[in-house]
Amino acid sequence: MATVIAIILSAVLTNNFITKQTLGICPFLGVSKKTSSAVGMGVAVTIVMTLATAVTYPIYEYVMVPLNFAFLEIIVFIFIIASLVQMLEMIIRKVSPALYNAMGVYLPLITTNCAVLGVCELVIGDMSDLIGGAAMNFGWAVLYAFFAGLGFTLIMIIMSGMREKLNNIKVAKYLNGFPISMVTASFICMAFMVFTYIA
Amino acid sequence: MNKYKKITLDGIFFNNPTFILVLGTCPTLGLISSALSALEMGLAVIVILTLSNVIISALRNLIPNEVRIPCYIVVIATLVTLIRMVLDKFLPDVYEALGGFLALIVVNCIILGRAEAFANKHTVAESAVDGLSNGVGFTMALTAMGIICEFLGKGSLFGFEIMPFSIGMLSTPAGAFIVFGLSICAFTAIIDKFQRGARVKANRLARENLMGVNAAGEQTVEEVKA
Repeated sequence: MATVIAIILSAVLTNNFITKQTLGICPFLGVSKKTSSAVGMGVAVTIVMTLATAVTYPIYEYVMVPLNFAFLEIIVFIFIIASLVQMLEMIIRKVSPALYNAMGVYLPLITTNCAVLGVCELVIGDMSDLIGGAAMNFGWAVLYAFFAGLGFTLIMIIMSGMREKLNNIKVAKYLNGFPISMVTASFICMAFMVFTYIA
Repeated sequence: MNKYKKITLDGIFFNNPTFILVLGTCPTLGLISSALSALEMGLAVIVILTLSNVIISALRNLIPNEVRIPCYIVVIATLVTLIRMVLDKFLPDVYEALGGFLALIVVNCIILGRAEAFANKHTVAESAVDGLSNGVGFTMALTAMGIICEFLGKGSLFGFEIMPFSIGMLSTPAGAFIVFGLSICAFTAIIDKFQRGARVKANRLARENLMGVNAAGEQTVEEVKA
């Protein structure tokens, strides 16, 4: 139970993907202009991160390591992620056109999102500072991926709220656009640095 | 030769992948807390970007248009795997310093972006120059920001201690965000000023040419009258 709480706190607050590990910055800066699109992107990323970890972790652990081709992890992972995203897009379009309209445009972008490949690489690496001496298993990997996605969504929503307010303010010419969003993001990071002390 | 000069200048300054196009932000923000790791990341990207541009450009007539993105990803992922194995074997320090970001070069938008925007419609030599200059632009941007962040955040440069005091916040992601944002602002302002200067000069030349032509024209008219 302690491990579960440690994983949740670490994934959402202390080792948040955006504010601590700086992964998934492209959608964070690109799709955070409106809260509705930020929520859509966050949910899509969470789903893909969880599914990608659920598929890549067993393949790596039970197929690639015993058969001695673990060095091909990058090629295998990126193909699994790309086909997963493609499949998810087809399924959503068939099952729920309304959801597809809301979320479909973000799905192709997710293939090249660092956060997805990043979480797949993280859970097969060294996680001993998080789960102690215990061995990593499938359940914890998927749990970590899911809550890391939730942490990503949380930051996306905070950022989009701040940017909606920013729209009403006149910003200097060269600061407009990316620079001012990055300075805004910096303040979110500073706020989240507080959580490092609870670990 | 002029063509290669334009490609080089575009890659390093006018279309700088980090400051103007704002691509490949994740490794940038993750690694600029240390100038050395930023430089190492830049060098790894130069190698991969140049090789991937050359290979994709050489194969551009063989790759079917419909499945070109998966083909590019195979090429890039293979190169990244190779670089990773080479670094792991010969430079384990660099491998440790870059950590997870080495594998994430695969999803770095700069590399796929250059393949899609340049390498698939230009010759091998042009693509090589383009890859090299974009890589140099990326490396220069990362190293410059790395120097700022490390000097202010840790009081050191490339690992050598210079100042006894420092602002620790600047070596965390929060500081990286601020330095990156303000650097983009400064770089676009400088490039804009430079390009406006070039535009003014071009306009003046054009006007002089036009006046010269007019003067010559009037002259000929007068000659004809005479």
